Parts: sequence; C-alpha cells; structure tokens
Amino acid sequence: MSTQSAVRLKAAGSAASATNHTLMRYVLRLADTSLVLGQRLGEWVGHAPALEEDLGLANLSLDLIGQARLLLTYAGELEGRARSEDDLAMGRDGSDYYNLALAEQPNGDFGRTIVRQVLLDAFQLKVYEALQSSSDARLAEVAAKALKETRYHFRYSAGWLVRLGDGTDESHRRVQSALDELWRFTRELFIADDVDREMAEAGVAPKLADIEPGWNALIDDVLREATLKRPPDVPYSWHGKRGEHTEHLGYLLAEMQFLHRAYPGASW
Amino acid sequence: MVAVAPVRTQPGSTKLEAELWRVLERVPDPEIPVLSIVDLGIVRYAHIERGHVRVGLTPTYSGCPATEVIQRSVRRALEDAGHEDAVIDTVLSPPWTSDWLSEAGKRKLQAFGIAPPAESVSNPRRLFGTPRVACPKCASTATQLVSEFGSTPCKAHYRCTACLEPFDYFKCL
Repeated sequence: MSTQSAVRLKAAGSAASATNHTLMRYVLRLADTSLVLGQRLGEWVGHAPALEEDLGLANLSLDLIGQARLLLTYAGELEGRARSEDDLAMGRDGSDYYNLALAEQPNGDFGRTIVRQVLLDAFQLKVYEALQSSSDARLAEVAAKALKETRYHFRYSAGWLVRLGDGTDESHRRVQSALDELWRFTRELFIADDVDREMAEAGVAPKLADIEPGWNALIDDVLREATLKRPPDVPYSWHGKRGEHTEHLGYLLAEMQFLHRAYPGASW
Repeated sequence: MVAVAPVRTQPGSTKLEAELWRVLERVPDPEIPVLSIVDLGIVRYAHIERGHVRVGLTPTYSGCPATEVIQRSVRRALEDAGHEDAVIDTVLSPPWTSDWLSEAGKRKLQAFGIAPPAESVSNPRRLFGTPRVACPKCASTATQLVSEFGSTPCKAHYRCTACLEPFDYFKCL
C-alpha cells in the first residue's frame, strides 16, 4: 500500500474564522455519512454470507455509528438549540441530511457492499488524517480516534476487494459491475462548495483538492491488486451534502427513525 | 502522535487518590471481566476536585457499547466506597491505544485464553502488515487469522494450526 503523509491544515490569514452555522453544517456532513453508512451495514446483521463477515460488517457499523454520535453531539452544541444526538439522528428528514449520496446506496450483494465500503473508507481515511490537525480542537480529537478505526476498516474492505476481484470469474464480474455502477457517486467526494471552502480557509478542514491525490493513490493500488478496471469519471454529480439525495435515503430513514417517531423519548 | 500512558501516581497525589485507584481497579470490563478498567488503560485520571471525585474515562472504540455500562459501574463502585456525586468525564484525546493495556492486564488476558496485542502500534503507516500472534493455549505461532473482527470491537478471531484451538486476539489499535 502506498503511504503518504497527512495533509496539514493551516488557516489562511488571521481573520479567517468559521461561523458556527457553517461549522455545524460541516460537522453534520461528516456525521451523516458515518451514520447512514453505519445503518446500511447494520442491514447485513443476520444476513451476511458467513458468520465472520456478519460480525465484521456489524463491527464496522458500530464504529461508524459511534463516530456519528460524537459528531452529532458536537453539531447539537454548535447549533445551541439543545438538540441531542438522538434529536438530530431521528428528527431530521432526508432533505436535512447531508451525507454523501454514495453512503446511502443500497447494499446489493456482499461484493457491492465491499466496493462502496472501499471507496468511502479511503475517503474517510484521508479526511480524518487531515482533520487531526484541524484548527477546531474538538474535531481534531474525534478525527484522531476515528482514524484508527477507519484504518482498520480499510484494511478489511480492501482485503476483501482484492480477494473478490482477483478471485473467481463470478466474483470478479460482480465486483467490477458494482464498481462501474457506483463510480458515478465518487465525483461528489471532491466537488467543493461554499461550506468546504470556508472550512478550508479557516483551517478547520482540508481542501478537497489536497486529499484527492491521496484517495486516488489508495484506490488505484487496491484496484490494481484486485485486477479491477477503474471506470471513467462522469461529468455530473449528486449533491447529497447539500441535502439532495437519491430515492434510497428516504426508505433508510423511514426504517431507522420509525420507532423514535412513533414513540418519542422511548428508551430501554 | 506519541500517546502517553495514564499516569497513576502524580506528584502530590494524596492517600485518598490512591484509594480511588484501588476502587477503580476492582471495576471489571463488562465484556472481558478478567480485566479491570485500570488494566485496560481507559482510566485517564482520578482525583478530588472541590470536594468531588472526578474520573476521566476514555472509550476504546467510538462505538463501544460497553462505555455506558462502564460509566454506571464506576459510579456505583465509587458510591459503594462512600463517594457520592462523582463527576465522570469522557476524554477522547489522546485516543486510547492497545499499548495502554497494563503488563498485568496482558498476563490476565493470556491466562483467560485471549492472545494479548502482539506488537506496539508505534508505526501508524502500517496498513497491511500481519502480526505474529501466539496461541494462548500452546504458545505456537503457527496461527491463522480467521476474521479481522471477533466477539467484541477490540478483538479479532484466530485459530491455531498446531493445537487446532480457535481463539480471540486482542487487536492492536
């Protein structure tokens, strides 16, 4: 695996400071991508092809939901309206979710789940690496914790992609077709908008263009070893991080939020 | 990043603080009850602040379901020892590492049938290296990784090809 050093963050100019609103929006993007992906992986519990993978995917899910909890709690504090992690997770509709559209794509078969996981693990790995040096101390400490877990996730997902891609004709065909289908969602990862730019200027978050080469290197290495072909980039993008989602998110939220909405404040 | 293990006895620490650590040493990890939370290295500090006990705990994994159980057990243990209204902080930074597992903790794991972490995590660039893990039953290093994930977030699943025993490995993080 290629290793590069993490992007170091620096505030541009002394006047640059992020507003709480923009910072909250940025934190929600990170939180929602982890939460939605964690919920997707949780759908495998009891259904994975082998007990070991059932446990593996559930463990990934648990880490991701744990990361989401830390981030949602922080987002609630930034907002200052006393919304808890649960309020934010269970009380927002799809258009107020800011996860990357890739995270909400359905599991499909095990191979498709692994392809989605590799693409997002590599992305979170590069983001968390950079966020360790964020000017926002809280984000930096969550990132340092999450990075350790994400490295382990990538090791798991990349290991499986190599086995499936460089496996039988059938497994190769299935993961290549999942990769071809999911690739169009990767463009969103590196398209910066005002939130991304403001966060980068304030030294809170990396410039997306700065972490893109690192992501490319990780992905190209894994694809080469897995004997898979990198699909061509598409000229269009989804905007999950602006709250514009594919039709799949609504169904996911309906299942995830049902209990909390039907029985507000339920606990056990 | 250089992670520093929790310092138990700081200069100027009182008899009372030493007693707090003894109380915490009796709080078991709910998922690996052979280990105390002190063995596990998740107690960051324990001291008296303005007449109240203040304890800092760090989670092993962001989503470890044992975290809340541990907080409740710590509160109860302190109450049993006569310390009401303890303040329990969650300390994220620096993040927990398996390097903080005490030597006593590693021996207890081994005796319990769980292979302790095989190496230090000092090299953060290591992504695909595989550590040599010794079987906790027969000590052979002829072992195979079965799954990156085991019965709890902090363990992986191995098997010994010498004595054929399957076992849990406390993974390095």
